[in-house]
Amino acid sequence: MADDTPLLTLTGITKRFGEVVANRDVDFALRPGEVVGLLGENGAGKTTLMNIAFGLYRPDAGTIAVAGRPAVIGSTADAIALGIGMVHQHTHVVARHSVLENLMAGLAGRYGLIDHTAALARLAEIAAAYGLGLDPDRLVGDLAIGEKQRLDIIRALFRKARVLILDEPTSVLTPQETEGLFSAIKALKTDGVGVVYISHKLNEVRAITDRVVVMRRGAVVADAVNDGTLTNAGLAVLMCGHEPERITRTPHQTGAARLELAGLRLGRGTRPIDLKVQGGEIVGIAGVSGNGQVRFAEAIAGVTSPAAGTIRIDGKAVNAASPRRMQEAGLAYIPEDRLGAGLVGTLPVSDNMVLSRFGASPFAHFGWLDRKAMAAFAERQITDYDIRPPDAKLPIGLLSGGNQQKAIVARELALKPKVLIIAQPTRGLDVTAIAFVHRELMRLRAEGCAILLISDDLDEIFQLSDRIAVMYESAIVCAMAVEQATVAGIGLAMNGGAVEAPA
Amino acid sequence: MRITLEPRPPSRWREVLMPFAAIAASLVLCGLLIVIAGANPFQAFAIMGEAAFAGKFAITETVARAAPLVLTGLAALVALRTRFWNIGGEGQLLVGAMAAAWLGAREDIPVPLLVPAMLVGAALAGAALAAIPGLLKTRLKVDEVVSTLMLNFIVMYLMMALLSGPWKDPVTGWTDSPDILMDAEFPVFWAGTRLHLGVLVAVIAVIGIGIVLKRTSFGLAMKVVGENPKAAHHAGLDVGRITLFAVLLSGALAGLAGAGEVGGTQFQVIASISPGFGYAGLVVAMLARLSAVGVIPAAVFLAAITTGADEMSRQTGVPFFIADAVQGLSLIAVLVAMTLARYRIRWRPSPKREAAS
Amino acid sequence: MSMLDIILDIGFFAAAIRLAVPLLLGTLSELVAERSGVLNLGIEGMMLAGALAGFATAHVTGSLWLGVLAALILGALIGLLMALLVVILRLDQTVAGLGVTMATTGLVFFSYRLGFGESATPPAITPFSTIPLPLLSDIPYIGPVLFNQYALTYITYLLVPALAFFLFRTPAGLALRTVGENPKAAAGVGIDPIKVRILALMAAGALAGLAGAYLNLAAFGSFTFGIISGRGWICLALVVLGRWKPFACAGAALLFGAVDAFQLRLQTSGSVDLPYQLFLALPYVATLIVVIVNTRFAAAPAALMEPYDPEKR
Repeated sequence: MADDTPLLTLTGITKRFGEVVANRDVDFALRPGEVVGLLGENGAGKTTLMNIAFGLYRPDAGTIAVAGRPAVIGSTADAIALGIGMVHQHTHVVARHSVLENLMAGLAGRYGLIDHTAALARLAEIAAAYGLGLDPDRLVGDLAIGEKQRLDIIRALFRKARVLILDEPTSVLTPQETEGLFSAIKALKTDGVGVVYISHKLNEVRAITDRVVVMRRGAVVADAVNDGTLTNAGLAVLMCGHEPERITRTPHQTGAARLELAGLRLGRGTRPIDLKVQGGEIVGIAGVSGNGQVRFAEAIAGVTSPAAGTIRIDGKAVNAASPRRMQEAGLAYIPEDRLGAGLVGTLPVSDNMVLSRFGASPFAHFGWLDRKAMAAFAERQITDYDIRPPDAKLPIGLLSGGNQQKAIVARELALKPKVLIIAQPTRGLDVTAIAFVHRELMRLRAEGCAILLISDDLDEIFQLSDRIAVMYESAIVCAMAVEQATVAGIGLAMNGGAVEAPA
Repeated sequence: MRITLEPRPPSRWREVLMPFAAIAASLVLCGLLIVIAGANPFQAFAIMGEAAFAGKFAITETVARAAPLVLTGLAALVALRTRFWNIGGEGQLLVGAMAAAWLGAREDIPVPLLVPAMLVGAALAGAALAAIPGLLKTRLKVDEVVSTLMLNFIVMYLMMALLSGPWKDPVTGWTDSPDILMDAEFPVFWAGTRLHLGVLVAVIAVIGIGIVLKRTSFGLAMKVVGENPKAAHHAGLDVGRITLFAVLLSGALAGLAGAGEVGGTQFQVIASISPGFGYAGLVVAMLARLSAVGVIPAAVFLAAITTGADEMSRQTGVPFFIADAVQGLSLIAVLVAMTLARYRIRWRPSPKREAAS
Repeated sequence: MSMLDIILDIGFFAAAIRLAVPLLLGTLSELVAERSGVLNLGIEGMMLAGALAGFATAHVTGSLWLGVLAALILGALIGLLMALLVVILRLDQTVAGLGVTMATTGLVFFSYRLGFGESATPPAITPFSTIPLPLLSDIPYIGPVLFNQYALTYITYLLVPALAFFLFRTPAGLALRTVGENPKAAAGVGIDPIKVRILALMAAGALAGLAGAYLNLAAFGSFTFGIISGRGWICLALVVLGRWKPFACAGAALLFGAVDAFQLRLQTSGSVDLPYQLFLALPYVATLIVVIVNTRFAAAPAALMEPYDPEKR
């Protein structure tokens, strides 16, 4: 193809959110038929930059050109009209509408009416061209998470996108589904569509992209052609500015079973779960998100009640449990939705540090709060866990995600738990915070705590776990020692496939 | 063009000044209304100020009028701490008033127990009425806005039925309840004024609620439940029970307001016993920025507007409904001011021009 | 007169329809607002403002239809105010709506007293008279009930299918529903949720204004302070009963029109010896029952009461 005018050019983009500079003088270009990997840590400004290209945010400075012409993108409608489509990490779909309604929302229609016929024809066209099909009459709420993402991609193509921005597309996909996505991307390439592939997963970026742009703290730090010379180590250093810390898992003796689940059913129709976690053992729960992981964690932690089954801690059954009862039995739970379920953002750090215990001694006496004891406790935790800024009076919502997670970890570990359930422990954290959390988990493991680690991140699961179990459709479909597990095998199980039983 | 809100760095003085700015804004708007009504706004406000604050009688009258507003304001505030919109303060006040009037007219209660019985009875009646939406919300997840509003109407019509039925004056045929006993009338602290026991009850309630919210673990639990019920549940707090408790407390406070009106000012139940004290309580709570101490100045402000508007209307002919307008407008103004204290509004021009360059 | 006699006559059904129309208009108003994701507690104030605007305009100009127009316009303006508060400034919808109702109530009472003074006999207008539709009104039983009504009633009949058609058959209706379910998804496909919500609230305001105006332009012929007395709040519950669907909402409004007609008849029939105020409480009791029974099955728009912040990360 002769025309090599960039489809999309961003020049000198700067974007601030209050005091935070999310993008600092960023230049970016995408040519037809090109797949550009946009790489960087969480919070490096990748998504912000693309949200600007898609008209969701307005830049504070900088210009945008589409197909060589200066463009004004004041809204998503402008971006769509200019042929830009974006698929967000968390799919933005309407669960209670049908696939077709989701596709047609925002389209003009014909004679002022919704035009079903044309939409169905276009849907068939896209299915034929890129292998991306969906039943138009299905309710979106019934779709699996991978299918919802496909809906998002189809929706962009429906609007004749020439630029397709994919934000962390594989975080909700199994390895096998990822393969399917890659073949669709290749088909799009041959059609001259430009694809921006936002990710922090190095292997994927090296596999699918033509060029890699690395961002760090809001600025572009590298722009390299993917000619086979890029290495994971080199990219990792570019992303975080220094050699990432490696966790080494030393094998050690595990004790008796501390957490035992027997016949646990998360819902009426789901299969029972039997699982044992021994003291000093980390059991990683792998699975595509949305397969019941949250319910699983909440059922054990007493947040919701399971449909059936028993939970034993150190051999003692804890029935009809509430969060308080489970806590008293020695269980700590760190939910994935930190600010939504773990903390009260508007309350100060000191209150949050005792969220589950301010009603009792030593923080309250006969119903009267002991503010001094609360403050002293918070100060000690802030120092011990290096929570920044070190101000116990600050509303905890103003802290960074990493420091919020530190605060929760500090709070829960202060209870000296026998069993810890931790979900998505490092999602959205920066490298230092990730290393901190991983170190704490290893320390706790060494101390003999039984740890249930739930994560979407297979790398993390493989790095930390002694045993790996796979969750699919609200049940554990297999469990094996990490030495016996392979990424392909676990991936297959995540997709509902059969796995040969471990020896 | 696009309007965006940008967070501002938190500022203490802005938070403090905000309610005053809101009140000023609503007064300016009302000044305009007075002009439309053909009067001089400065003169009108002067009359209002004088009627509300000049002299012993005016001040004490305003304070007495503020007492029920303090209590309904606290009622709204306590429930809102757990994010429960108790718009039923009006109905809870009415049942409190009815309970107080019923108990206050009973000859079989020993005299020294009459007044305490009225207070306790009114608080219990208010709490019992509040228990309905409270249980509906915490047990069946029924939205409290509609249920509390409907109960206001139901209670109001029940009261009217009572007044024109069993409680109708057999001699005059008036639709007022029988007078309470002389011994049931609340003691007055300052002869010749209406500074009655209800005012003291309101002040004690402010102090008590202030302590509960700030110093007790129940107060913190209410706050945790209100700010983030999900986190509260995860932390092992019984969200339903804490909410219900706050709602009962809220209803009791509104019920006490009714007792004050019966025992301290009307000495019976009349159809117009509450000119919307319950609804005004929400305005008071918002103006007070949900702080217990702030309830007092907020209530005095609204009380002064009402007493002032009465006199101003007599002298200038401006309809006294101006008081209702101020009340509603100050609620909107304080909400807007709360937002402006935290966010800066940016009007972004259409980016067409930037692009041309 | 027995209970059965009360409801088994044509006059009762005609009255039920007459009383249902303002509830239906209010319910459609709330439906439009809630479908866009905004709980409009300003509806009570909007209805009251519409009632005064309609009455005052008709009183001054002598034209009932100009009164209707004034009610529509004033309602839409208050809808715009509500939008300013909850859509632009993203205030809590509950308290902002109550604020709008309180402020408009105060202003309406103030304006009425200013314009009409205080008199023993309230000023009145000659309200709309019923227009029997040719042929249709001759149908036995149904004709006199359904087709011997006010022009505004016929317009309301048409509004129900029109709104259903708009919501489920037009791109604009799909945009409205999408915003109410998931404003981020709407923004992702090029719909401006802020614009949609502002327009929805203005339309809701106009409909609420019309509902209020109906009460004195068609039903009563005069303005009283208690003319709305909670009808707006009842509409909040009727939307739930009608599952956010126009035809079901119409059914809910009709049911409540019947409740209202029933209690009026009880009052006047003298068949039950109780203070009439007890009957007045009946619609509110029915509403309370409706919200209790329906909450568990309710299917509210997913983004109801959720402010949309375009720059939220």
